Amino acid sequence: MTMAPNRTGPSIPRLFGVAVVVLIVLAILPYVVDVYQTQLLTYGMVFAIAALGFNLLLGYTGLLSFGHSAYFGTGAYTVAFIVRDLGAHSMELCILGGLLGTFVVAALFGYVCVRHTRIFFGILTLALSQVLWSLAFKFFWVTGGTDGIRVASANLTLLGGLVDFKGRGAFQRFVFAYYYYVLVLFAVSVVVMWMIVHSPFGKALQAIRDNEVRAGFVGIPVRRYRWIAFVISGLFTGLAGILWVPLNGLTTPDILYWPFSGEIVFMAVLGGFRNFTGPIVGALAFNYLKTYAVASSEYWQLLLGLVLVVLVLVLPTGIVGSTARLYARLFRRA
Amino acid sequence: MSLLQTVNLKKYFGETRAVDNVNLTIEQGEFISLVGPNGAGKTSFCHVVSAHLAPDSGQILFNGADVTHMSVTQRVKAGIARSFQLVNLFDDLTAFDNVALAIFSRESKTANMMALAHLDSAVNAEADAVLGQFGLAGKRDVLARGIAQGERKLLDVALAYALRPRLLFLDEPTSGVSTRDKGQIMDTIASVVRGEGITAVVVEHDMDVVFKYSDRIVVMHQGAILAQGTPDQIRNNDEVAMVLLGSSGPDAFTRKD
Amino acid sequence: MTILVIQILNSLFYAAVLFLIAAGLSLIYGVMRIVNLAHGTLYALGAYVSAWIVGSAFGHFMSGTLGLVGLLLLLPLGAVAIAAVGAAIEPTLLRPLYRRPEEYHLLLTFGLLMILEDVMKLLFGGTPLSAGSIMDHMGSIPIGRLIYPAYNLFVIGIGLFAAVGLWWFIYRTKFGVILRATSQDRRMAAALGINVGLVYVQAFAIGCFMAGLGGAVVVPAQAAVLGMGVDALILSFVVIVIGGLGSLEGALVGALIVSFVRTAGIQFFPEIELAVLYLIAAAVLMIRPTGLFGRA
Repeated sequence: MTMAPNRTGPSIPRLFGVAVVVLIVLAILPYVVDVYQTQLLTYGMVFAIAALGFNLLLGYTGLLSFGHSAYFGTGAYTVAFIVRDLGAHSMELCILGGLLGTFVVAALFGYVCVRHTRIFFGILTLALSQVLWSLAFKFFWVTGGTDGIRVASANLTLLGGLVDFKGRGAFQRFVFAYYYYVLVLFAVSVVVMWMIVHSPFGKALQAIRDNEVRAGFVGIPVRRYRWIAFVISGLFTGLAGILWVPLNGLTTPDILYWPFSGEIVFMAVLGGFRNFTGPIVGALAFNYLKTYAVASSEYWQLLLGLVLVVLVLVLPTGIVGSTARLYARLFRRA
Repeated sequence: MSLLQTVNLKKYFGETRAVDNVNLTIEQGEFISLVGPNGAGKTSFCHVVSAHLAPDSGQILFNGADVTHMSVTQRVKAGIARSFQLVNLFDDLTAFDNVALAIFSRESKTANMMALAHLDSAVNAEADAVLGQFGLAGKRDVLARGIAQGERKLLDVALAYALRPRLLFLDEPTSGVSTRDKGQIMDTIASVVRGEGITAVVVEHDMDVVFKYSDRIVVMHQGAILAQGTPDQIRNNDEVAMVLLGSSGPDAFTRKD
Repeated sequence: MTILVIQILNSLFYAAVLFLIAAGLSLIYGVMRIVNLAHGTLYALGAYVSAWIVGSAFGHFMSGTLGLVGLLLLLPLGAVAIAAVGAAIEPTLLRPLYRRPEEYHLLLTFGLLMILEDVMKLLFGGTPLSAGSIMDHMGSIPIGRLIYPAYNLFVIGIGLFAAVGLWWFIYRTKFGVILRATSQDRRMAAALGINVGLVYVQAFAIGCFMAGLGGAVVVPAQAAVLGMGVDALILSFVVIVIGGLGSLEGALVGALIVSFVRTAGIQFFPEIELAVLYLIAAAVLMIRPTGLFGRA
């Protein structure tokens, strides 16, 4: 009996091909579209990293977090502190520092949250993110309160000082260079997350999601693995926050506030949280939806809530899942 | 040294004595059936030995070591595995993934984040072999939730078996399955288990199955061991017949159809 | 000494409101195993609706002609409105999700939370709305050398009445028996001829009524503001974590504990008052995951 070792696994050559095509398209884009669109897509990729991190918990471990704004915000504020208080310019330093800060918060919050059943887990994540938010407000002399902290791109350098953003045309140069910087980190994040999810550890997480009792009886340390998944998830979302700050130029308590956690949840559900690419698609789609809808409506949250309700009731597999099903049905008939 | 020995094991639920001072010894390689009327404590006993429930008092000695206070995962690593009466699978994973996971766990590979699961040829080969042993090769790439009940029960057992335990508890492996399939399922399980020399404790209600496969039968009643012995001994035990069937006599255990 | 008495009364007042919200949440969970993340928002909606009714022409009419009694009669109207909202939501939006994994109803009720928060903003604007006229009408009672609003005492009374009333309702009435049967085993209840769908919608409506009543009852003392919903949700969860999900006594005890700790916290550590509560919740969850009175 011969066994093909990857019969049940994804077809790597095909995936690689698709990924290369997508990467090439993304790489060409800034030459084809204007500065505004390039910037918009950079935001999209940043949110995609956040949603990817979030979905490690929801789609793969079965834990629904309503407090992921905490890690995005920790990443962002840590960068702001590093730039303002340490006078650092290197983006690499900011990333390392930001990840360290996010690690501490995610490890701590995760330890508290993963001991609990799903409903309490969700509420605990919400509550803890609210604590951070209220701290950002109360300690306004440190965090700048509602005004927040500015992080100007002129102050930053990429690649250890090789690329800076001073002088004429700095803004365009920044948008251009930062797009590629984020693109690389986005690609790396996608690859790393893909590997984690398809590793034995990823399978163990899915087992925990499907049947935590049996997972224990198969020898998997459920609580410990949930905690590890939580920390990894927090780190990815934290990275998103770190990359977001230079783009936004400013960090405020808004990104720690619960509606932002809701937006992250929404992104994953919109794209489809049972698929790997779902959160990525959802984040990109959401980004465009928000940009073009907010312009016309003050009641953004109402729209979001309505769409979420409709998604849950009618399209629970999100964009990617529904498209895949449609595709399968069409091709079965052919 | 016996493989498993319980010493004065007790588990009470308030007034109910689910496990009442049970002293059971199991030797390496035995195929034991645990029988008794509903509520006799068979499943509770399984729960306590597999660490699903903590005992109120007493000891559990496994291979000479005291495992009484070990957690579920610790007991699994020590070599005790179990299957479930109400099928307990990873429904959104394929049959293959279910079994492969048990193997990854056994090999302590589940902490590995940077290797791709489906590229581990050793694990893959073994998972396919296990599926083959249980007649599930055809359902390899089907999600567990999409498999028929009888095969789900086999998969449940295969999952426990894949851990290559020293002691395997099977909780009613043929319950919920039609009579026609029962025999086949039990045949499969017994041949695998006996073929590998795994010590097994099977909780069963179907006495035909019990008599056919067991080395020793342990009869429980109201939380305690009523009798134990070879199939012949039990067949001729009137007290056991009374408790299990409500009547006794030479033909008590013969199916009347 | 007088200050201590006033602090205790304040805590009891707050506990009464928290009890109403938490008991509603716990009831819904106990019967249907549903956690409504929009529950706090329903409380806020109840506050806004009540304040609006009291401040409206109808409210002025009542206060003029019937005085205080008239105004007080208006408070439950807000709660009834919220119950109606609940009765509309359950069969249409929640029922399709009972068979699905629990993430779905959490996601849906979270969507409802977002919808209702904006609906409140739409209907009532960003400015706080209060029903202070009721409080003024009731006057104050002297305590030592200070005076204390009689209305707060009234609310404490309502809290007590609600606790006793709910207990009697669940354990001493036929409908209570039906509720408890359905919560323990819904298939069995259906097999016995109980219309489970009807029980569900009624239980949900009652739970929402309690949330709305909490809002109605708090708004004469504290203006309705945006954001009060999510705060209330988190606090009522802390109550339930401490007291145990699905337990009436737990909601009462939890509400008292949370309320007293909060009052003490505000007194001594105003900066970290929220954090203290979350820490207590986290501590309780670590020691007794099912809460003081909860079932696993």
